[in-house]
Amino acid sequence: MKKQCIINTRIIDPGNNIDQIGGLLINEEGKIEAIGAKVTKDNVSDAIIYDCKDKITIPGIVDMRVFVGEPGFEYKENFRTLSQAAVSGGVTAVATMPNTNPVIDNVSTLDFVKRRSRDKSTIKIFPLATLTKNADGKEITEFGLLKLRGAWGFTDGLSCVQSNKVMDRIFNYGKNKEILIIQFTQDNELSENGVINDSLLATKLGLKSIPAIAEQIIIERDLLLLEQYHTKYHIALISSKESIDIIKKAKEKGLKFTVGVSINNLSLNDNDIGDFKTFLKLSPPLRSEQDRLALIKAVKEGIIDVIVSDHKPEDEESKRLTFQQAASGASGIETLLPLALELFHNGSCELNLLIKNLTSNPAKILGIRNGTLSVGSEADIAVFDLNKPWVLKKENILSKSKNTAIENRKLQGKVSKTFINGKLVFSE
Amino acid sequence: MAINLKTAVKFTHKHLLGIQYLSIPEVNLILDESLAFVELNRQENKKLKILNGKTQINLFFENSTRTLSSFELAGKRLGADVMNMNVAHSSIKKGETLIDTAMTLNAMHPDLLVIRHQDSGAANLLSQKVNCSVINAGDGTREHPTQALLDAMTIKMKKGKIEGLRVAICGDIMHSRVARSNIYLLNMLGAEVRVIGPSTLMPKYIESFGVKAFTDMEKGLEGSDIIMMLRMQTERMDGSYVPSTREYYEFFALDYKKIKNAKADALIMHPGPMNRGIEIDTSLADDINRSIIIQQVEMGVAVRMAVLKILMENKK
Repeated sequence: MKKQCIINTRIIDPGNNIDQIGGLLINEEGKIEAIGAKVTKDNVSDAIIYDCKDKITIPGIVDMRVFVGEPGFEYKENFRTLSQAAVSGGVTAVATMPNTNPVIDNVSTLDFVKRRSRDKSTIKIFPLATLTKNADGKEITEFGLLKLRGAWGFTDGLSCVQSNKVMDRIFNYGKNKEILIIQFTQDNELSENGVINDSLLATKLGLKSIPAIAEQIIIERDLLLLEQYHTKYHIALISSKESIDIIKKAKEKGLKFTVGVSINNLSLNDNDIGDFKTFLKLSPPLRSEQDRLALIKAVKEGIIDVIVSDHKPEDEESKRLTFQQAASGASGIETLLPLALELFHNGSCELNLLIKNLTSNPAKILGIRNGTLSVGSEADIAVFDLNKPWVLKKENILSKSKNTAIENRKLQGKVSKTFINGKLVFSE
Repeated sequence: MAINLKTAVKFTHKHLLGIQYLSIPEVNLILDESLAFVELNRQENKKLKILNGKTQINLFFENSTRTLSSFELAGKRLGADVMNMNVAHSSIKKGETLIDTAMTLNAMHPDLLVIRHQDSGAANLLSQKVNCSVINAGDGTREHPTQALLDAMTIKMKKGKIEGLRVAICGDIMHSRVARSNIYLLNMLGAEVRVIGPSTLMPKYIESFGVKAFTDMEKGLEGSDIIMMLRMQTERMDGSYVPSTREYYEFFALDYKKIKNAKADALIMHPGPMNRGIEIDTSLADDINRSIIIQQVEMGVAVRMAVLKILMENKK
């Protein structure tokens, strides 16, 4: 590989507290050789030069919540289509959810995913395994073995461990094995058959709701257990203002844990559902505008650590149903960064903080080396134009499934180049 | 008066999906048209040729006796060819989606599709996929527009007006599409609407619909002109919302004691099917001085004839 050099760019690397104009040199092995103001066209020789004037260079985005269809749902998304979608959005590493068919609850399925992703994926795949066998919340999986064989964290993904006894065991045994526990926080009974936020709209549409308390009750329980075991615990997604209040109090008390939020809950509210738009049926559900604003504030205050795409590709047949029957989730890995930039453009959030929530923070939680532009690290890089206006059209979506929640939305900011291990994998 | 309205008002919808989409003149147009059909239905020769050559399909995903037969009769009396689709035994059960069924039926070129479905929004979804007019005969817990129209018609026939009346809707408000459609319609026509039921069966934001909510039935019934009783929709419930039917009967069933709180000439309605001894005292339900439940059924056919006719005229 020839040396490559990105010059004249604004480098933002929150993991290393860098925000400056300069350049970045990628060596023959695809590693970052030098970074900073000194790296200019004149002091590198024999390198491919990318003049990225007026563009911003950041570490490749690390997306902590991504559903890929392998194995079992290849018709919704495979590693190849996921990769092409991801790199177009500047995402270079993802944690994949174990809700496949069969679910990733044992070493052989994990091995399969690792081999498939090694052969087919351009982006870096960090598989997660389930907390319980078959993700049914009853018996814990082989945390130790799975971790040894490359599970980066444990979550039942789409479902939440309901039993207090099982959750207690998970914390207890999980602490022993030093695993990362990721919980989708939702009480099954309080959200039974629910498909939408508990609001006037739910009554108008005649749909069963998922009240915010279904989320809070699990967060409260898990934080009580965490106080006993002090292990690595991450709340996958929060959706309501009330959850923020609980988390804020616990963090102020000194409890150590991390929290994620879906970009969907930061960018949309339940009124966007209108007359039964199934593409906006999400889990957790979109909530009120007050909730959305509270979530943005929580990002700003550092109560939330990670922003994820919650990329959940669904084929047309799963969405062309009544709202009650339609699958939940939206494809969104391609628009994670542009939607996050919306929060910068409308003055809600600092740019550096948003980038931190998309790169170094998720990398740190997962315990992976990515997410920064440190010298010597693998050159996983995204370069984007902060201001470029564009409109998301369904036909331009690169993911295998086209179930975007933001069709025809006017966006500002677009990725122009993505590198993985120093290789230019996307260029507009 | 009816003639004046007819020439002045244009019904602008291809479908009847819910009361929430209608305007006051449009509602009045339907009610005025219905009046003529009430007369017709009482005559010996009830057959018209208005819908000759038209095909009406009744696609019912939920069991129904009165609504299905009412729509069937309405179509036939207007001269349409009417087909009933019993979905409980069809390919839907074998995994065909609602849209596939719709596309199949659409290929048979129907003019009217009457649909009842257990999911809210099903009629709306269907209307986006077929070429013919769609009538919502009840979707999940959302709307049942023809029921509200026939209720309004019944009240008008019995009380001479709707404006200014106090109407109390009692029972399982949460799971009731009838309640929602009636709230929209009665509010539109100037009635004062109250809803009464146990708090577990009361939607949290119901007062935003412009009604007053009561959990004490005797208080709620005070000064009512009309009492609409609703059935407990056990098929839509997950678990129990009230401790027992005995307790429910004690506090929320309409009996001779509780009805004393309403006006002396208050009338009782029920969309059916009725659970005697659960939400209503059986002799009260049959009290000819009080109960207008049978009239509701009569109005049902007339109102549905009016709806079918107006939608087909609109198509021309």
